[in-house]
Parts: sequence; structure tokens; C-alpha cells
Amino acid sequence: MGFWDKMLAIDRRWIFLFVGLSLLIPMSLGIETKLSISPETAGLFDVYENLPPGSKVLMSFDYDPPSAPELQPMADAAVKYAFMHDLKLIIMGLWPQGPLQAEISIQRALDSPELKDKEVEYGVDYVNLGFQAGNEFVIQRMGSDFREAFAMDIRGNRYEDIPILKNVKNFSNIDFAFNFSAGYPGTVEWVQVAVDRYDVVLGAGNTAVQAPLAYPYLGAGQLVGLLGGMRGGAEFEVATGFSAKATVFMLSQTFAHAIVILFIIVGNVAYAITGRGKSKLEADR
Amino acid sequence: MNFDIGIWIAAFLTLGIMSFLYKDNPWYKISEAIFIGLSAGYWFVSLFWQNLVSKLWDNLWPALDALFTRGEFTGGLLYLIAGILGLMMLMRLVPQIGWISRWPLALVVGATAGLQFINYLVSNGVIQVYNTITPLFGPVSEAGGIAPVTDVWHGLGNALILVGTFTGLVYFFFSKEHKGFFGGAARVGTWFLMITFGASFGYTVMSRMSLLIGRLDFLVNTWITGIFT
Repeated sequence: MGFWDKMLAIDRRWIFLFVGLSLLIPMSLGIETKLSISPETAGLFDVYENLPPGSKVLMSFDYDPPSAPELQPMADAAVKYAFMHDLKLIIMGLWPQGPLQAEISIQRALDSPELKDKEVEYGVDYVNLGFQAGNEFVIQRMGSDFREAFAMDIRGNRYEDIPILKNVKNFSNIDFAFNFSAGYPGTVEWVQVAVDRYDVVLGAGNTAVQAPLAYPYLGAGQLVGLLGGMRGGAEFEVATGFSAKATVFMLSQTFAHAIVILFIIVGNVAYAITGRGKSKLEADR
Repeated sequence: MNFDIGIWIAAFLTLGIMSFLYKDNPWYKISEAIFIGLSAGYWFVSLFWQNLVSKLWDNLWPALDALFTRGEFTGGLLYLIAGILGLMMLMRLVPQIGWISRWPLALVVGATAGLQFINYLVSNGVIQVYNTITPLFGPVSEAGGIAPVTDVWHGLGNALILVGTFTGLVYFFFSKEHKGFFGGAARVGTWFLMITFGASFGYTVMSRMSLLIGRLDFLVNTWITGIFT
């Protein structure tokens, strides 16, 4: 059996081992790679950056812990940036565990040294409205009245008693919406209902699997920007100036991608050299 | 050593699931069974409280109370219809009268189709079609020349969208045999589709790597680091 035949018959566990090492070794080095910011991220950050202090930002956390490695870094950066620049956050979730992921981001932001001297008060600077069942129909109801969808916040306070929500009736009182999405319901539903019916200005952070589905919305201007997966999170961290885990893990991801590409090339070369592709074609004929 | 039972259980289960990469084994099976059981239990409780109680019972009970204590008919009684439809859905569990469940199912399918039709037609249909109708060149300038939209690359990008959309649609047109010019266009469409699938695959790889990074980060920086601190 020649070298290329062996390559074609390689035990897949070797590939797993190489991929694992390609992630672990760079991770242990903790090197931060220099990242360029894509137009998708820049477009979103430009809008976010130009919001004047006091602007009301609606953040919908539509994901759960399995997608946190991809979406939590961008959510952390977005929340921290909002607190630093006096943006008023109205947080909600169409996934049951989304608002709990938001609490993680809030706590991390409040614990950060940059916010040590800043007074961020619940109910005044931010509010967590919690989860509401109903998928896109929740967005639909919010279009007429937020209170219909969220009678109380996550802490049990009545909507009308929360100062930050005093003049917030529906989407017309929201300056910018930010959606972190891992599937259904998520960015697609926010675009279809909030953007296309109520003219909400929307930026989205998506898992990498979902990002290709959101690209047409970006091209059509239905989204102002799109953060795709951990790479999008890393770019957003760099843009906001709060480099953290996603930025550090980019080296691991780069190495892992290089390994996958290498194995794809080796597999295809072996396939061509050993003539298997040709014999398959002949068999098909 | 910083001992946290939750972290140790999480590490045990993470390694159990990862052990499948080597080969199927009892450790993996236990971890998988725990995951499935926990998920089913979590979703049952979540749906019970977030849907059945908060959406149906909390709305229906005050209406029933008003009806039987004060004799008032309130709008909340409409939830009775939803409740009955929900019960009809459960008739699937009884084979002899399982056909009853088709009625609420028909309502759900019909209502969802109607609502989603509008959403998809506008956001994924009309607006996307509108977005593909882009000018390849700008209007005739005062000097008489025809300038590209903003720059050459922008014009080429728009041309690519036009070609990709047209040939992609041709590929999915099966009423005419893919021969001659039509066949050539379909072949070009295939290439566009392959590039699209390749991009999706690339993103999927990135996503899976990110999830693995998340788990490795937990194992190395939370679990192992915790043991030695």
C-alpha cells in the first residue's frame, strides 16, 4: 500500500487528535492575534458607536449555553460598551435561557475594572424583561405595546414601575436593536417582523452555522451589520476595545482551520493520484 | 485545590461525550442518557410553566372566576377554545379517536402558513428580488460617459449577483432539458451553488471548532486550573 493509499485509509481518530492538538496548543500559549475588522462588523459598530448617550437599545438574547462559546463574547462586549457609553439597555429573550445568559454578560461588565467608577443602576440604566414564550408573535405584540408581551421584568417588577421603560411603548421608542441568535426564533424572525414591519434598526450576532442565512438580509440592508460566530465576536471585541476570550481563541481557530484545510487537500490529492476518482467515473458510465 | 462538585460533574460528562471520538463506550452512553433525560425534563417543566400555566391557565382562570362568581362574560373566555383545541390534540394518544387531533393540527398548519406566507413573501421574497435588481452601470453622466455604479468592483459585484441569481434559477428549472445555452447556464448555476455550499461548510466548521474551543476552555481553564489552585 503506497503513501497516498494510506492517506485515504487513515483512521479518522488521527484527524480528531490533530484537530484537538491544533486547538489546545495555541490556547495554552495565550497569544492574541491581530485581527482585521470586516465590513459586516464595521457596519454594525459604526451604528452602535454613533448612538448618543441615553439611547435606548433593545437586546434580545436568543440562545442558550451550548451556543455561548460563539455568542457570549460578542454579548459581553456589547453590554460592556453600552454601560461605558451610557446607553440604556432593555434586555429580553425569546429563548428560555437567553435572559440568564444576559445576566452573565451584565455581571462580567459590572465586575470589570473599566466600570469600577461607574454607577450602573438596575431599572434606570438597564432592565432584564426575561423570557416570553411565543416566538415571533412576541415581537409582533411588542410592535403595538411592549407591556402586552412583558407585564413584568425578570425580578417581578411591574412594567409601569420601571423608570427606564417610562416612555417606552413600542419599537418607535427604541433607537437600536441588537439580536444574539442561535436559531429559531432569532434573527430571521426579528428581520421579518421588527425590521420589515416596524422599521427597527437591527444589528445581529449569529452562530457561524446560521450566519450564511442572515447574509442576504445584510446585503438587502435589512441588517446594519452582522457578527458571524466567534470570529465576529473577536472582531467586535477589537472594535469596542474590549479584547477578551474570542480574540485570544482566534489563534486556536486559525490552526484548527489550517489542519482541516490540510486534510481536505491531502484527501483530494490522494483521491486523484490513486485514480479512484477516474475508476468511479468509469464505473458510473 | 478548589473543589466544586458542579464543575467536576460537568468535566466528567464532557469527557464522557468526547470519549465517543475514540469509540462507543459505556461512559459515553451514560453521559448521553443523562443529557437526553435532563433535556426532556427541563423542556417539560419549561413548557408547562411558560406555556400551559402562564399562557392558558393564568388567562382562563380569572375569566372562569368572573363567569361563575359574578356571571360576567369576559374576553378571557376565548382561551377556553384554545384549551379545548389543546385537549383535542392529545386525542392522538387514544388510537380509536386519534382522528380528532387532526382538527387542531389543521388550524395550526393553516394559521401558521397564512402568517408566515406574508413574512416570507416580504422579507425573503420581494425585498430579496428587489435587491438583485441592481444597476450595473450608473446613469449617463453630464460629460456623456457611462460610469460604473460607484467603482469597478461594485459594478462587477452587482453583475455577479445578476449572473448568480439567473443561472441558479435556471438550474432549478426542470421543465426544459439542460442542453445548449440553457444547459451551460445551468452548469454555471451549479458552480454558484457549490461555492455557496462551500461557504456554508466553512462556516459550519468554524462553528463546530468554536464549540470545541468552548469545551476545551472549560476543561483547561476552569476544571484543571481549579484543581491546581
